[in-house]
Amino acid sequence: MAETSSGGKKKGKGKVKWSKLYTFSCLRPSFDTDQQLLGQPGFSRVVFCNESRLHHLKPHKYPNNYISTTKYNVATFLPKALFEQFRRVANLYFLFAAVLSLTLTSLAPFSPASMVAPLVFVVGISMLKEALEDWHRFLQDLNVNSRKVMVHTGNGLFVEKAWKALCVGDVVKINKNEYFPSDLLLLSSSYEDGLCYVETMNLDGETNLKVKRCLEATLGLDEDSDFQKFKSTIRCEDPNASLYTFVGNLDFENQSYPFGPCQVLLRDSKLRNTDYVFGVVIFTGPDTKVVRNSTRPPSKRSRIERKMDYVIYVLFSILVFISLVNSVGSTLYTDSDSFKWWYLRFQEHKNPFFNPSKPLYSGFLQFVRALILYGYLIPISLYVSIELVKVLQAMLINKDLQMYDEISSKFVEARTSNLNEELGQVEMILSDKTGTLTCNQMEFRKCSIEGISYGGDMNEVDIAASKRMNIDVERYRFSLDGSDSTGRSLEMFEFSAADHASTEKDVLGHEQGAENLGTNDSRIPAFRKESMIKGFNFRDDQLLNKLWIYRSNVSDMVMFFRVMALCHTGIPVDDDDQTGKVMYEAESPEEVCFLIAAQEFGFKFCRRSQSVMVLSELDPSSGLEVERKYKLLNLLEFSSSRKRMSVIVSDENGQIFLLCKGADNIVFDRLADNGRTYQQATTMHLLSYAEDGLRTLVFAYRKVEVNVYERWNSTFTKAKATMGPQREEELENAAAIIEKELILLGAVAVDDKLQDGVPECIDRLAQAGLKIWLLTGDKMETAVNIGYACSLLRHDMKQLHLSLSKEAETSNQVKVMKEDILHQIQSSYDMTIDEKNKEAPFALVVDGKALEIALRSDTRDQFLQLAVSCASVICCRVSPKQKAFITRSVKQHTGKTTLAIGDGANDVGMIQEADIGVGISGMEGMQ
Amino acid sequence: MDVDGESTSAVATEARLIPVLSGRSKAMYQFTQQSLPACKPVLTPAWVITTFFLVGALFIPIGLVSLHASHSVVEIVDRYDSECVPDLFKSNKVEYIKDMSIHKNCSRHLKVHKHMKAPIFIYYQLDNYYQNHRRYVKSRSDRQLLHGLQHNDTSSCTPEESSNGLPIVPCGLIAWSLFNDTYSFSRGTHKLRVNRKNIAWKSDRNHKFGKQVYPFNFQNGTLIGGGKLDPNIPLSDQEDLIVWMRTAALPSFRKLYGRIEDDLNVDDVVVVNLLNNYNTYSFGGTKELVLSTSSWLGGRNNFLGMAYTSVGFSSILVAFIFLLLHVRNPSLNIRAVC
Repeated sequence: MAETSSGGKKKGKGKVKWSKLYTFSCLRPSFDTDQQLLGQPGFSRVVFCNESRLHHLKPHKYPNNYISTTKYNVATFLPKALFEQFRRVANLYFLFAAVLSLTLTSLAPFSPASMVAPLVFVVGISMLKEALEDWHRFLQDLNVNSRKVMVHTGNGLFVEKAWKALCVGDVVKINKNEYFPSDLLLLSSSYEDGLCYVETMNLDGETNLKVKRCLEATLGLDEDSDFQKFKSTIRCEDPNASLYTFVGNLDFENQSYPFGPCQVLLRDSKLRNTDYVFGVVIFTGPDTKVVRNSTRPPSKRSRIERKMDYVIYVLFSILVFISLVNSVGSTLYTDSDSFKWWYLRFQEHKNPFFNPSKPLYSGFLQFVRALILYGYLIPISLYVSIELVKVLQAMLINKDLQMYDEISSKFVEARTSNLNEELGQVEMILSDKTGTLTCNQMEFRKCSIEGISYGGDMNEVDIAASKRMNIDVERYRFSLDGSDSTGRSLEMFEFSAADHASTEKDVLGHEQGAENLGTNDSRIPAFRKESMIKGFNFRDDQLLNKLWIYRSNVSDMVMFFRVMALCHTGIPVDDDDQTGKVMYEAESPEEVCFLIAAQEFGFKFCRRSQSVMVLSELDPSSGLEVERKYKLLNLLEFSSSRKRMSVIVSDENGQIFLLCKGADNIVFDRLADNGRTYQQATTMHLLSYAEDGLRTLVFAYRKVEVNVYERWNSTFTKAKATMGPQREEELENAAAIIEKELILLGAVAVDDKLQDGVPECIDRLAQAGLKIWLLTGDKMETAVNIGYACSLLRHDMKQLHLSLSKEAETSNQVKVMKEDILHQIQSSYDMTIDEKNKEAPFALVVDGKALEIALRSDTRDQFLQLAVSCASVICCRVSPKQKAFITRSVKQHTGKTTLAIGDGANDVGMIQEADIGVGISGMEGMQ
Repeated sequence: MDVDGESTSAVATEARLIPVLSGRSKAMYQFTQQSLPACKPVLTPAWVITTFFLVGALFIPIGLVSLHASHSVVEIVDRYDSECVPDLFKSNKVEYIKDMSIHKNCSRHLKVHKHMKAPIFIYYQLDNYYQNHRRYVKSRSDRQLLHGLQHNDTSSCTPEESSNGLPIVPCGLIAWSLFNDTYSFSRGTHKLRVNRKNIAWKSDRNHKFGKQVYPFNFQNGTLIGGGKLDPNIPLSDQEDLIVWMRTAALPSFRKLYGRIEDDLNVDDVVVVNLLNNYNTYSFGGTKELVLSTSSWLGGRNNFLGMAYTSVGFSSILVAFIFLLLHVRNPSLNIRAVC
């Protein structure tokens, strides 16, 4: 569509304050204090932009952009690798023995060759392996170093150069979806306001796009030819490893401009959604922040390796003990009786090993000799054999046909061959829900507006839920109207006949799908014959066919859709000319899903410019599509602690709205008294959505008076300007001031589809006696339903619930809550003890708040004791930090091998904490 | 021993999942997936109990037969080392044995308490004698024993390697300390026939000790150890030496001296005339003379029979315990426990 945004079209709209929109991500603090540091030690770097030849000479000679991740080079390989090898105790011991046997041939009970040969072989093989690995790293480096980048060579010409040839001071041009070759100062971008979007997944694992913004002074340099005469000097800090700080000063046209991390593009991040950017190379190769940051991850030592060391120490002590016994015996024997054994003739031909006159010395020699003789007690080849076996195993795992993904044509990748054998010893699985058990492909499923629920057909979770209630699908279909009527308690009469037909068809279609559940692809066409819109699985002619506009109370519905279309951080990316549909990109798949849904409902989010969001929305009075502009005043970002997000917009009439979406409990707390009209009905719907395993969000809004807004805005700006650790807190407080007296609009439910084969897999794991923990940020009802759907919970299981009682929650005193939880744990634990002999396994469901209390140091042991005795544990409303903490506690408490599986950035802590981490390369990108 | 049905079916399904695999890669696949068809015996109670019973039923008779065979062997053991020292030297036996001028004659009377069927084996038994000492064991030259002076390197024989510049044949401590007590046997007035041939291993005689090697300078040195050898007889025929040079593993050992080729009847008295030459007194060793018949199992040794019977009885005991447990708790699902 013509209106959809592209970089070029945005030009000429004047400079606008983007910083207003991206309040949280990109702000320009004052540099006053930091600037004084420049020129001091640690902040002495000088970069002459566009004059890279100056950097070939001292004192401004900096390393070039060649990076090397290899451990060795040709010269250092031998000593370094040998050193590595002989850090192993067994190898060192054998070296010692070999040296002894070589130097004191009389001491060795056998020929030196039989001592040296195996050692050489073993060390040789290990070193060969090292060399091969390092060679691969070298090839990888070579590949990276020879990537091409456009570099300015003078006269406004940009020529392709290899990354390694890049020098400090070069001006480079990066195109869309290219990686940055080094740390750059952003000069300008294809957007006229000097913005660019950066994906920093390789740096911090976060998949969302970050915004970088150039200095105003360099904004004009957005054509190739502009760089002909571009000259400036940068003074900045010395290379360091901190990713989020930067102090620098750009001297340009006799003026000095300070800049910070917001203007710096880091190596290994990727340019997204921006056609091109220009930048000056500040740090190259080994000086770049990412290289400085790349400490080798602490290699996870597998249990077998740890055990092997232990075994070797034990063996060594046994060896020493045997040798001691040997030498003591020999000493005593030589000392006392030996001269009596005439047939041995000790008296003559003095043999140092049996010298009756020097028994102690003989004993010592015997000791050394025994050490060498019994040396093969220590298995020299064990390391090598185990290593070879592991490498082979890793190869087999990587080549496994059953773990081949046809869609992305990728094999499973075992990152390290060190942990293979641990896989068989796993006793605890800690799993994330989103993206691991479920696909993380959000589907818009249901919504409740003004207390009326719309949309409804079944998904796998529904089926599981209905099975649980002993209603087979057949019966469910016929009773669909009936069961829905509870959800749609009001305005039943508005259902059209067509609605019935379509709902039934869907159920039928789904039944077909359920039969060939294993093949996801075949199901989708059957499921969505009519409209194939990804992320949208919603049937309700009421909403889709614009019938709702004839209803009486339309304004709230319009508002509902506006929240859906405006309250987000997404951006439209692609438009499809045939259908006129827009594709979106946003931080979370939920937002994308909302935007698509809003588009289907007639509220298309067309484009976003600096502070204006353009909607093409359906005017309920006329039934026509009208384009409306909303001025974006503030954006209060989503965070896991806030669990809500708001935007403040003013419409064309100057009326200011606060549009808010968030978790139900949070939003309900902040409703105005007159905004609770639909609260009861909505709560009921939320409950039923959650029972169906859907994710829910609540929408609300508030009209803000201009003077109220002005007053609030000043405090908010002040909060933004604060620096340091309390900034977050201040911003949160400021946001909380305006996010109140909301008027409830309704709720939406999105569906997170289950992955293929998850129930079967979990069932098998459970049969194998593995304990499975599900750690999710969802509500308890959702989590329990997902648990049923993926057979984590079964009907024969006894469920134990752990949550704060109402009184304890309201009293809000730690002590009371703790007592409450302790009591619950104790009673549950007694129950498990009582019924230990019976067959029924236990399942524990823990609420987030209860978990927080339970994981305090004094109650932790009891909680884990209970949790470990349960077959499956579901923890709801868990924050990423808690996930990691739970993993660590479980690992420490039980001492058993744990496996953590997850995909998103929120699981990274958990994966690193566990003995084995499995990362799924899902929709969110490979990590 | 039933092949587990589940595993075979699992193999079948997996084979179906991977349709296009040639024979070799399929085998490789099955190997790497550990889904090769295999026999997995399930240890059910009935199966375990019968096995134990069978083991018991088989082992006890074998053990009893072995014990019987061992007991049918008649053995006469006579320790003579202290008895054969005259009373005069009882306090200083070492001096007695070292004094070459004293005749070491001694006679012992052995009463046969049970009929002994020929051949009756004559052994001498030494106790507290360390033929297994490293220094002792190594002190020989096998090549010299076979090739004689053609093999000059006798460094391994220290400290008994050469005399007067020539290597001693046979060199080494073992040969030097050759046992040299001799025995002759008589019943009543007439001597018993004693066969001293074929007491060494045939392979030793034919392949380890040279037929052309004569002990021409044996025991010529200043220090005389044990017995002397006839320099006119080649080593391959010096069977006493060959027996002695097969060193014993334990400090208490028997070595074959010869065979009596007459039956001995009950209450016969065998008179043994012996020369008590060998010095075991200085290190507190003992010397015994052993007459023994043999059975199909060899000499008198209860170990094998005892081992068989005890294992048999204990497995029957275990079988009974299992049976008892099984009868008392028939519902116990052993499959699930396993």
